[in-house]
Amino acid sequence: MDFTPLFHPKTIAVLGVSLTNDRHPANVIYNKIHLRYPVKVYPVNPRGGQFQRDRVYADIADIPATIDLAVVAARAEFVPDILERCIKSGVGGAVIISGGFAESGRADLQERLVALARTADFPFIGPNCLGIYAPTRFDTFFLPGERLVRPDPGPVAIVSQSGGVLVDQMVKFADQGVGLSLAVSIGNKALIRELDMLDYLSEDPATSVIAFYVEGFDKNEGRRFVQVAASVPKPIIVLKSGKSTEGRRAASSHTASLAGDHKVFSSVLAQHGIVEADNEFEMVSFCESLSCYRQKVLGRVGIITVSGGHGVLVTDICAARGLAVPQLSKDTRQKIQANLSASVQGIASLENPIDLTGSAREDDFVAAANGLSRAPEVDCVILLLLPYSPGISSDLGARLSHVFRREDKPLVAYVPHQEKYRMLIEGFELNNVPVSSSINGAVLMVEALRRCRTC
Amino acid sequence: MLNQDMRDIIRRAKKYGWVLEPDAKRLLSLAGIPVPDFRWVATLPEALAAAEDIGYPVVAKIVSAAIVHKSEVNGVAVGLEDADALTDVFKGFSRLEGFAGVLLEPLVSGIELIIGAKIDYQFGPIILLGIGGTGVEIYQDTALRMAPLSDSDVSSMVESLMGAKLLKGYRGAEPIDMPALIGLVHHFSLLVMDLADCIDTIDLNPVKCTGTTCVVVDARIMLADAAIPIELM
Repeated sequence: MDFTPLFHPKTIAVLGVSLTNDRHPANVIYNKIHLRYPVKVYPVNPRGGQFQRDRVYADIADIPATIDLAVVAARAEFVPDILERCIKSGVGGAVIISGGFAESGRADLQERLVALARTADFPFIGPNCLGIYAPTRFDTFFLPGERLVRPDPGPVAIVSQSGGVLVDQMVKFADQGVGLSLAVSIGNKALIRELDMLDYLSEDPATSVIAFYVEGFDKNEGRRFVQVAASVPKPIIVLKSGKSTEGRRAASSHTASLAGDHKVFSSVLAQHGIVEADNEFEMVSFCESLSCYRQKVLGRVGIITVSGGHGVLVTDICAARGLAVPQLSKDTRQKIQANLSASVQGIASLENPIDLTGSAREDDFVAAANGLSRAPEVDCVILLLLPYSPGISSDLGARLSHVFRREDKPLVAYVPHQEKYRMLIEGFELNNVPVSSSINGAVLMVEALRRCRTC
Repeated sequence: MLNQDMRDIIRRAKKYGWVLEPDAKRLLSLAGIPVPDFRWVATLPEALAAAEDIGYPVVAKIVSAAIVHKSEVNGVAVGLEDADALTDVFKGFSRLEGFAGVLLEPLVSGIELIIGAKIDYQFGPIILLGIGGTGVEIYQDTALRMAPLSDSDVSSMVESLMGAKLLKGYRGAEPIDMPALIGLVHHFSLLVMDLADCIDTIDLNPVKCTGTTCVVVDARIMLADAAIPIELM
């Protein structure tokens, strides 16, 4: 099956555009593609007529162009016929937004779609989904553009069974500066499922990190998924819901009782080098970190802070996750000490965490980051920046990013407020150093590198 | 691959839904997994002769298709020192429901582990390794992996147990025979792959490990429910 027309369409037909209800999902989709994306789009409604000065085509076959992608937002009972006409007219693929299939007792309708598509080798996403969001290229979400928080283009692809979770995750990605290559809501996943998306994304040159929100796999489908995932040369992150449901026949067997469904899921994912996120915040931190770095770390963390309290907090979080905060060698401490400014030399603590104190200036941060980046006893560095400290300017992010580029040891930064310190944060993020708005998130970024099989 | 003897054992067990312990041990033994030198006897004279042969003290266990949980009906007697003790136990067992003989074997000591398998809906055959004994479900010190296991899977399972230190010679104790354990888990994983279509769960609990051996002391193989087509399980 060729997915190119689905994810790289040049022409789109929106089927089900209403001539009377401008809030119809098909109208929202038509409008946003028509007005905002570099794609030619055609409205289709069996009644024909005019929509906003454009011709409405009564049949997809009437459109005087080859259609790559059909977006179907008509009532469920009409969808099999629509799909058949799409196939006959040589359309490349479809996104079926409409609900009213297996999720509401009409598995028969859904099976007809699958049978038609398989016979014709015709790819479709859905039904009962939001479909595709390809930043700056096109999207099929029936959510008005002004209501969406839109992440920038970037290397992370995310595939979700739930459209709601997907949009929410996109909000968090945008907030934390995680760039998207593609977001796909697969809904009832009647034809195109996680495994198909994994195959496609493993070959997609725009994607270097692949994230999934999974509610559950079919019989033995999880087995095939992890077997394929183990050979994909890109990091894969999975957020699984439904952790509280446990195995059924626990009584007759200790093994059944000890190997609950979620324990099995987590163990098998880890066995195959897939990074499991426990919640949506971990998902964001893992995606951000793995979209910046591919260095394998064992988890020996060097820490730089200007507040003793922060140093203790981050050390506790590292310890709880089994990450080490090793003692620094005398050599490392001497080299850092020699490069500190005179006013800080006498008061800074050069144990790990390094506490530069509130008197620290930018040069002191650079000296400490240089020292830790060259210290063999640590394999990654967490910077806790508190920009209320007057010695810190907005340039510090970019300056510290250069330390990473020179030394090649992963740095992650914690900066407490996204909006107020935007320029400082962009100094890191535009230079490919990840920034978290929580201390825990910064530790998670290190954790992602430790768990990643392809790092 | 399952040989004819192994397939026969499964076929005979289908009507009960699980494999009787002596058959389960024979199946394991055919798959290269160490079990004690056990005898399955039907009469008291056979039992006395077998016990002489094994050497006292012996362990006696009820064999009955109606009794899955032997200890709940006092169907296990450990450390029988002589013929008198065995005679008493045999007579008691023979009155239990579905009596189909007695399993006799030597007393085995060692650190107790649990090794298990289940057929997971999403991932198929799964292997469990954990610290065994009666507290197994309280401590839940277990590791799970999808079968078939690689050698590095087996070692990482051992390493991930909180009780890994107990196995490596905690406080001067003798470390267990790690190659024997790894070999046992490895053979078990291959057997489970072969049995994937016909089993539901397997508990080898306990498996007893010493400095020189790892032996499966009890084995419970629950078959896939014949009333439910395999594809729906």
